[in-house]
Amino acid sequence: MTPFARRALLFTPFALAAMGGAGFYGMLQGMKTGEYNPRGVPSALIGRPPPDFTLPALEDAGVPAFGSAELRNLSGPVLVNFWASWCVPCIIEHPQLMRLQRDGVPVLGIAYKDRPADSLRFLRQHGNPFRMLAKDEPGRVAIDWGVYGVPETYLLDRQGLIRWRFAGPITQEVLDQDIRPLLRRWA
Amino acid sequence: MIAELGHFALALALVLAFAQAFLPLIGAEQRNARMMAVASPLAIGQTLAIAASFGCLMYVYVINDTTVLNVVQNSHSAKPLLYKITGTWGNHEGSLILWVLILALCGLAVAAFGRDLPSALKARVIGVLGLVSVGFLLFIIKTSNPFERMWPPPPDGQGLNPILQDIGLAMHPPLLYMGYVGYAVTFAFAVAALIEGRVDAAWGRWVRPWSLAAWAFLTLGIALGSWWAYYELGWGGYWFWDPVENASLLPWLIGTALLHSAIVVEKREALKTWTVLLAIIAFGMSLLGTFLVRSGVLNSVHAFANDPERGMFILGLLMFYMGGAFLLFAWRAAAMAPAGIFAPVSREGAIVLNNLLVCSITAVVFVGTLWPMFADALFSAKVSVGPPFFNMASFPLVVPLLLAMAMGPLMPWKRAQLWPVVQRLWWVAVLGLGGFFLALLLTGQHVLPAIGFAFAAWTIGAAIADLADRTALFRTNRSNAWARAKGLPRAAWGSAIAHAGVGIVAAGIAGMGLAQEKLVAMEPGQSVQMAGYEWRLDGVRDFVGPNFTARKATISVIQDGRVLHVMEPSRRWFPVGRQHTTEVSIRTNLLYDLYAVIGEENDGKAVIRIHYNLLAPWLWIGAAIMALGGGLSLADRRVRVSAPNRRMAGQAAPA
Repeated sequence: MTPFARRALLFTPFALAAMGGAGFYGMLQGMKTGEYNPRGVPSALIGRPPPDFTLPALEDAGVPAFGSAELRNLSGPVLVNFWASWCVPCIIEHPQLMRLQRDGVPVLGIAYKDRPADSLRFLRQHGNPFRMLAKDEPGRVAIDWGVYGVPETYLLDRQGLIRWRFAGPITQEVLDQDIRPLLRRWA
Repeated sequence: MIAELGHFALALALVLAFAQAFLPLIGAEQRNARMMAVASPLAIGQTLAIAASFGCLMYVYVINDTTVLNVVQNSHSAKPLLYKITGTWGNHEGSLILWVLILALCGLAVAAFGRDLPSALKARVIGVLGLVSVGFLLFIIKTSNPFERMWPPPPDGQGLNPILQDIGLAMHPPLLYMGYVGYAVTFAFAVAALIEGRVDAAWGRWVRPWSLAAWAFLTLGIALGSWWAYYELGWGGYWFWDPVENASLLPWLIGTALLHSAIVVEKREALKTWTVLLAIIAFGMSLLGTFLVRSGVLNSVHAFANDPERGMFILGLLMFYMGGAFLLFAWRAAAMAPAGIFAPVSREGAIVLNNLLVCSITAVVFVGTLWPMFADALFSAKVSVGPPFFNMASFPLVVPLLLAMAMGPLMPWKRAQLWPVVQRLWWVAVLGLGGFFLALLLTGQHVLPAIGFAFAAWTIGAAIADLADRTALFRTNRSNAWARAKGLPRAAWGSAIAHAGVGIVAAGIAGMGLAQEKLVAMEPGQSVQMAGYEWRLDGVRDFVGPNFTARKATISVIQDGRVLHVMEPSRRWFPVGRQHTTEVSIRTNLLYDLYAVIGEENDGKAVIRIHYNLLAPWLWIGAAIMALGGGLSLADRRVRVSAPNRRMAGQAAPA
């Protein structure tokens, strides 16, 4: 072996470690911005604005409806929550939504494939955590968002880009370990 | 107040670690004896400070101080005292304190027992250990302070995770950390040797016991983790090739290679560059495991609460230590010329083969563990690398490894011939073949497990042949053989026993390849046939425990009309944690485990899963025997003589 080849060989561990380190660095950066998520099913919408939509309000709920226009220029991060009165996990996550509302976090609701009267009864019984509330009775908007079941929650940053999606009920752990850090990060 | 004391002690330890890192290293460079001499007192001081901090953390756990955030998140007043204590290290922050405590204790051990080390080498080793300590103490204080207060205090803690209240799991991390930290010591020796540009037999004599001790602890730690998964998770398996399990396997594999190549350095002054590289990589793998588990880059049941900030810090540490060591390696390793020359067929040659094969297995595990992550990050492709890949890729490497493992110890150093080895092993080969055909005959056409049994018999037989050869058991009379056995170095006993342990584990793996399981929904009174037994569900009843309610099934295992065992698996519900756990019922006779789990109930039927796990206990017995072999080898005279304290030196002199 020539001295040069030997020297090059002795450098290979360093080169390999440096490459691995760069890869891990990229992963961690990706995790911070939400582009890389080792858990969870990826959403094609991460890092993009939500699809265009307009939806009617849920009458008598006392809060306005919203559409994609309202999701463009925001004063801070918001949560968009797809829910239904017939969905049992939605009852589990409801106290956490109420807590977020008390903390002043804007939670926007979309009632998915639900009869308006049932939705209203649910909100009267458990309380209304939503700052704005729209109804998606045919469930078309949910298809555009790529929702695969209720409850499902999206976090949008102040530019209105989707940063995080979570399918399943927001438990205390999800609230503490995911949502609160994300709200701080995108505040 | 106690928490603040603990925090202060931690900061004090950081200052002492800084001093320990730089003063001896500079002193060794300038040949300044006084600066080198501060290494030992600083190591003692750092250990005391960290021990005080650890004691404070344990105290706030024992009194369940809910003003401390860490206690609130991880403990609860209703926990038994034992689990309050073990809870100290059952979380991210506390486990790091335990980590640095063990590291400091290792530094202390080098300081206390290293009297016959050359003073510059000793100062450099302690200095590098101090440098490692600095990084981890900074990490704790910057990102993972366990003494953070919380105001107003909640009425009680939240940490009652019932799965984690288990003595096996409580002992698992300390054992693993002793292994990981042991590799920090060999790393320190490697870096010190690179700085000095010299590796000799004395260096090998120091590195070998440390790598051996680390390896033995890691073996026990991994076995305990696997055992815990077996009886607590209730899936009936023992190794899932989960990324976190692999993360602990990687340093073990590299450590196995290091352990063997360090013998060559010690005895023959060859393989120096390679051994130094292995010592660096072994620690790198330990750090990599820490990084993978705690940064959240991988998805696993075992992962700690993850945080990219922490991940970034650990990555920084990993890059600093590994990058620095590899640069040093690239710069200085060329200076280390081998002194001992050996033929390809020799003990050294066998160890080189062992190293090549073990490192190839490491590469398989490494790539299989990391590839899905990199594929996801680079190409956004979700790929999953599962057990089939690991089994298929490692099998062709394990077979030659076991073949060679039997022959290596029978070869002399420097130059050997194959034929005498084959002559001494022919009956072992016959035993292995016999085992193969017997297994094939008894189990019916299961080729892979039969191959496993053949190699198990081969490996155990070869270990016996090795001992028989060394004690001249068949060539001389019994009392002479006994005298030889007593005079045999403990390292020889240790290696033969550890090799036999590998064979026992191989038999366990082969046996588990023949395990049977059945999933049935049964009404009380119904029964099912499996593995020659009749399993009858007698009933399911409610059961109330101290902090849980449970459904407990009674299953009678019947053979020839006689009830052999009554098994009572249960399914517990912990209302505080809102969590279900399964309590497996296991009946063992050391040859096989009967294993029963109860699942959901529906329409008066209970879902029962039953397993017949052939030779399952051998997996952990074998691992314990491997660790025992390591321990015996550690007790060898040449280790004691090379690392004496005064009392021991006094005893060794007249012998």
